[in-house]
Amino acid sequence: MEKPSLLRLLLTFMKIGAFTFGGGYAMIPVFEREFVKRYGYIKEEEFADILAMVQSLPGVIAINFAVFIGLRLRGLKGALTTAFGMALPSFIIIIVIAIFFFQYIDNPAIEAIFNGVRISVVALIGTAGVKLFKQNKHLQGIFIASLTFALVFSVGVHPFFVIVFMALFGYMIYSVNEVKNYDSV
Amino acid sequence: MILFSLFFTFLLIGMVSFGGGYAMLPLFERMVVIEQGWLTRSLFIDMIALSQVTPGPIAINSATFIGFQIASVPGAMVSTVGVVFVPFFLVLTVSKYTQKFKESKVVKGIFIGLKPALVGMIFSSVASIASDALIDFKAYIILFLLVFLLWKVKMHPILVIIISGIIGFFVY
Repeated sequence: MEKPSLLRLLLTFMKIGAFTFGGGYAMIPVFEREFVKRYGYIKEEEFADILAMVQSLPGVIAINFAVFIGLRLRGLKGALTTAFGMALPSFIIIIVIAIFFFQYIDNPAIEAIFNGVRISVVALIGTAGVKLFKQNKHLQGIFIASLTFALVFSVGVHPFFVIVFMALFGYMIYSVNEVKNYDSV
Repeated sequence: MILFSLFFTFLLIGMVSFGGGYAMLPLFERMVVIEQGWLTRSLFIDMIALSQVTPGPIAINSATFIGFQIASVPGAMVSTVGVVFVPFFLVLTVSKYTQKFKESKVVKGIFIGLKPALVGMIFSSVASIASDALIDFKAYIILFLLVFLLWKVKMHPILVIIISGIIGFFVY
């Protein structure tokens, strides 16, 4: 099968970066359409593998996806190209917006608009939280979620340490269950 | 050295940001708003909204926005590179050991803790943002309306943000 050129990779990722709203998860179907369905560069099973790995790694979902695909198709050069292409449109668009934003921030009309917009941020993030909560609606999940909330919001522990702690805690639960299952066999 | 502290801050954020944009907001808020004082909390919330209504990954948008505000174009560059730096090398490593990674017990175990922790993270962000965004009784009514549009009408998030801006313009 023919591999795409670096230029083609760059342009494809720039296009996805420039026209996809809503962050990483919104981009997944676009990646699939471009690379699996349209050009057949990546097989369906391979795409599912990449998706699973991207979700288990830290970082920016869209960039991790881009790096995986670039690497698969054109090695290290490909990975650098796709990551660059993915980030570039955002980078330029945000700088242009930031220039205007900081010029008009003290304007009372803009301030009024953003007083409204801030409320929508509460609604949007709350919605994302409720969706994710529904996937973790078991006793252990509710316990860990509540403990995280209490530590971060109420006690004010640094989120970095809370994340690391919860990862270790999860591994501990997993290991204990493994031993139990082994014993019962 | 401001460029170095931008790079290092975003490097740390990139290292532990699992689950996409929203889950890393408490870390963002802690390091960028509280520790470094690079943004006020209101500006931080505005930035989230701007990242949402512009195309591209939310974390890249935020890193660029903050970096640019602190140290112009070089600041935007080091912040953006910082946030993707560690994950980039992780992907390079993991892609060599796909099979091992998929079957890894450590990864499975870690996510037993991480997945629900992300729920807690997101809600602590909601609580903190709400305390700043819900400035009066009118705001609670607007919130109720926006949640209705999102959940019941299933309106697109970008449209909801635009509507909230229009409401803000007339109410405040």
